[in-house]
Amino acid sequence: MKIAVCIKRVADMGARFQIGADGTSVSDAGIKFDMSDFDEWAVEAALQLNEKHGGGEVTVISLGPDAAQETIRKALAMGADKGVHLKADKIPFDGFAIAEALAAELKGGAYDLILFGRIAVDSAAGVTGAMVAELLDLPCVTAVSKLNVNGASGTAERQVEGGVEALAFPLPALCTIDQGLVVQARYPSLKGIMAAKKKPLESKPAQLGAITVSVRKMELPPERSAGRIVGEGAAAVPELIRLLQTEAKVL
Amino acid sequence: MANNILVVAEARGGNVRKVALEVVTAARTLADGLGGEVHAMVFGGAGISSVATKLGAAGADKVLVVEHEGFATYNAEAVAATVSAQITGGGYRAALFGASAMGQDLAPRIGAKLRVGVAADVVAVSADGGDIVVRHPMNTNKVIATMVLAATPALVSVRPGAVTVGNVAKAAAVQSVAPAMDPSAGRVKVTGVSMGGGAKLDLAEAPVIVSGGRGLKAAENFSLVEELAAAFGNAAVGATRAVTDDGWRPHSDQIGQTGRQVSPDLYVAVGISGAIQHIAGMRNSKTIVAINKDKDAPIFKVADYGIVGDAFEIVPALTAAVKAARAQH
Repeated sequence: MKIAVCIKRVADMGARFQIGADGTSVSDAGIKFDMSDFDEWAVEAALQLNEKHGGGEVTVISLGPDAAQETIRKALAMGADKGVHLKADKIPFDGFAIAEALAAELKGGAYDLILFGRIAVDSAAGVTGAMVAELLDLPCVTAVSKLNVNGASGTAERQVEGGVEALAFPLPALCTIDQGLVVQARYPSLKGIMAAKKKPLESKPAQLGAITVSVRKMELPPERSAGRIVGEGAAAVPELIRLLQTEAKVL
Repeated sequence: MANNILVVAEARGGNVRKVALEVVTAARTLADGLGGEVHAMVFGGAGISSVATKLGAAGADKVLVVEHEGFATYNAEAVAATVSAQITGGGYRAALFGASAMGQDLAPRIGAKLRVGVAADVVAVSADGGDIVVRHPMNTNKVIATMVLAATPALVSVRPGAVTVGNVAKAAAVQSVAPAMDPSAGRVKVTGVSMGGGAKLDLAEAPVIVSGGRGLKAAENFSLVEELAAAFGNAAVGATRAVTDDGWRPHSDQIGQTGRQVSPDLYVAVGISGAIQHIAGMRNSKTIVAINKDKDAPIFKVADYGIVGDAFEIVPALTAAVKAARAQH
């Protein structure tokens, strides 16, 4: 199968974030970057599908600054075949502007399947995948936690609040990948890292759409005030109950 | 007309979900600021119009009912086509969705059809002059972005639990709307829906969440957590990623960076050390209680109240005490 996976370079979420001097961005200073978790699972899912069915080709596409090429190289080291970098110095906060650029690249690529992560862990919007599907007029299933593809069609499951939906769809199609589909994305092997250096990676300007959603201000939420240890062992339970009733008023 | 707000009110199994009432409440406030009406659009099978009373009570001026057997389950393509047609035909200023599995699927489809962006998973939405402004937690709730939507319609999905359902007791007018697309013509078919446990409270809707981690040592010990949740009477059960990866609990129960992000009134963490990825999903809870044997566990840094010790001894005592406290009411 010819599979495309759209991936994003994001900040390490373990970091202590600071707001940039412009007041509308998160500072990059001292921050490590990596592929968004859900996108790693999408790359893993694509590789597993082609391993299962034999043959095929996986193309990874990432929109962002030049450093996004490092993220593409990681996917190539995992086993993807080629990369496309859509160069944009800043990634906008408008998923539709991004979707237009990705759709322009994906259109005419004759992909059987296009995968996205369900959500980028930094901007946490989760809108771009379904927008691309709409722009390309493709069947779309979001938040997929099980996926099977056979010939010209596929089946998927998605988690909904308190349950699971099972779906069937024809190919070509677009899916966004949630947790649960793959247990763990593979780590690039040394051999994979060496091979990735020779794999094709094309860079071209991103054809971003018009921006209608923009950031006015970014701020850090208030810190939680320091809590207290009520006590040790079951003997502390009565005091906890008292605090939940009289102080927190949640019981 | 130009300042009216459309709400896509999520229904399942013939009932509106709580998030639908929350979104209607948010839309009511927004419409009052702009001087417009709130129209709540609901999709469902036969009899779905009966939800109009609840939607009116939460603040809808008009309920647009799209009744069709093909809408008994979520039908993304036909719903997206019908909502898009309603927004275009009705000249709405904004359309609001719940940031639920359904709303997160639906809003971007409509954004692309109408060629505008979507502000997703917001915790506040307001009118500021001519602009619609939202607040959106990002970077695992460690940063809050204030965003401006320049386009009409402004498309916004509202995080479940972010808004308290209002009661304005409007008697909403009810109007029937035909689907803009034959629901059976969709390319993606829902072949089955399995709901776990019937009346089980969803994590997004439960006022209390009791979560368990590796400290419970084995899957069967989750019964301790379930019994404590049952004692509260209004609690859902959550878990850490370690626990769902090990198959002790389904992935849908996972709270954290790659799972659900929750903000209940009370969050009880049992045997959870407090990895940063877990805290990302629950740090906005109003009150946090932690029970852990390691007094240096990071969970105690975010907990309002902590008890250090053996969960196998403390949780049964807490369960009994919660039952006794509730029996007195």
